[in-house]
Amino acid sequence: MSSLLEIESLRVQFPGEEGPLVAVKGVDLAIEPGEVVGLVGESGSGKSLTCRAVMRMIPEPGTIDAGGIRFDGKDVLAMGKSELRDFRAHSVGMIYQNPFGSLNPVMRAGEQIAETLRVNRGLGRSAARTEAVALLDRVGIEDPERRYRAYPHELSGGMCQRVMIAIATASSPRLMLADEPTTALDVTTQAQILKLLAQMSAEQGMTMLLVSHDFGVVAQACDRVAVMYGGHVVEAGPVETIYHEPEHPYTRALLNSVPELDSAGNVRRRAALSGHPPELSDVFPGCVFAPRCDHARPECETVSMKLADLGDGHSTACPVRPFAASGSGPANGAAKVERIEA
Amino acid sequence: MSATAEAAAGPIGRPRRGVLRRVGRWPTTVKIGVGIVGILALAALFAPLIAPYAPNEIDITSLLSSPSSQHLFGTDDTGRDVFSRTLYGLRLDLVLVLLVTYVPLPFAILAGALAGYFGGWVDMVVSRLADVMIAFPFIILVIAIVAIVGPGVEAFLIGVPIAAWALYARLARSEMLVVREQPYMMATTALGYSKTRAILRHGLPNVARPCLVYSTIDLVGNMILLASLSYLGFGVQPPTAELGTIIGNGQGYLLTAWWIATLPGLVLVLFGLGVGLIGEGLSDRGLARGGP
Repeated sequence: MSSLLEIESLRVQFPGEEGPLVAVKGVDLAIEPGEVVGLVGESGSGKSLTCRAVMRMIPEPGTIDAGGIRFDGKDVLAMGKSELRDFRAHSVGMIYQNPFGSLNPVMRAGEQIAETLRVNRGLGRSAARTEAVALLDRVGIEDPERRYRAYPHELSGGMCQRVMIAIATASSPRLMLADEPTTALDVTTQAQILKLLAQMSAEQGMTMLLVSHDFGVVAQACDRVAVMYGGHVVEAGPVETIYHEPEHPYTRALLNSVPELDSAGNVRRRAALSGHPPELSDVFPGCVFAPRCDHARPECETVSMKLADLGDGHSTACPVRPFAASGSGPANGAAKVERIEA
Repeated sequence: MSATAEAAAGPIGRPRRGVLRRVGRWPTTVKIGVGIVGILALAALFAPLIAPYAPNEIDITSLLSSPSSQHLFGTDDTGRDVFSRTLYGLRLDLVLVLLVTYVPLPFAILAGALAGYFGGWVDMVVSRLADVMIAFPFIILVIAIVAIVGPGVEAFLIGVPIAAWALYARLARSEMLVVREQPYMMATTALGYSKTRAILRHGLPNVARPCLVYSTIDLVGNMILLASLSYLGFGVQPPTAELGTIIGNGQGYLLTAWWIATLPGLVLVLFGLGVGLIGEGLSDRGLARGGP
């Protein structure tokens, strides 16, 4: 029970015309101090909402209607107004997908960092300025004195994201929530930003939850991965294990859909899943993935989605575990991730 | 400042100094507009120094004399110097118009911004009040106020802010509906900032710009409104010099002494043109999102 962040059967729902729309159906996730955990899944799988729920920032009219979120033993859902503000200001930092929109367009970039320092760390005007320039330097912005005075539109996407990281880390949060921080950036900038985030989390012992739809990004930056589908975590475990020995058919299908470099012009198409992701209004008594699963058995329609521990921190929600026999075998384990046939 | 020095400084993080250099970057329309308004404002400000005569000084010997070096804009039917009267009139007009345009502006923007940010009953109250004000015919409102407080500047000073705030509030509200959803507003929550800080420091500056652009149009409108009211006898009362009263007074002599009404009228037009040019330049530059 030493986890820094514990999410327990989290449920997030939005009111709909025909009954509630449940976007997050039951997420269990624990993050240990100092860990970098990836949360992957396709659009609409509920990964961003899970991330936002940690800060209790579910957009109106959505609500967290069941489950628990504990940060360092404290119940986040039970926090009062001022306690919540303090929690947001000092304990967690957040960065977003769109680096241009995340900065106030009419305020100088440096002043936005200085503002955080003054408001959340109580620094004086000139101390905040000095510290803000130092922070700009630390997030790898060259000529920080001059960039301090720049408006966001005068900066590139990568630089904006660096400024955002500087703001989010200004009060040395213990947990960083990164919601698709590199999605809007091109690949080279992406790598730099990921490196910066990894470096900052290592230097400050900062725990990080990295939300992404890109397995490559997660593989590059994370220690552990949780794979989400239809509002559930279907599989979680160390990056290596998930990549080489995925136990859940969905994880396998997801990995299979990553194109290879040499697949260009190749006749063999990537195996695609039949069917569509579940609607938010769909209610599944059993496994959410069962309707699209090649390995589904009748009992899949009834078992509840619970992560079963497989040891070594690896857990899966699949009751069938069709790959269990071969999954740990050396042949499959050593195989290149992309070559695995579903 | 040479071209090379400017290139070396780069477009990023311009220092605050170097006002002259920044003026050089203004669009031509803004430069011309600022020039016109600046000259008129200075002339109005220093009216007591520039005007050759006192505004109500009567020269019995030269009634209705045409423009000359003695009387730049000629004289009116009581021998008052029209140029001096125009300067003083412009001065009074500018003060009154600036007051009615910019004193209620911050309150209107704040009301609209709050309505847009919070929605719900705050929005209901502000929006419905604004609807009522916009639906009400403005001139009738002012005449009703005149009926209560009597003819004079007071009616204008009370009436315009009562009616004008509604448009700004609406504008600010609709802007806030957009700004509220921007990631940087969400970030203020994530950073644990207070709502007050989020609205005042991050919301308002982004909401205010279209209101400021609109205010330039409003400024001219109010100027003409004041002149019209005075012309109708509801505004500034004679013999106080004011563009509307001068024009109203000169109207009867249009065929025999055209200068009394025409020249102050041209000054009014010129002012409107200047402010309009500034407004156009501002909206070209400012309404494009993200530009400072």
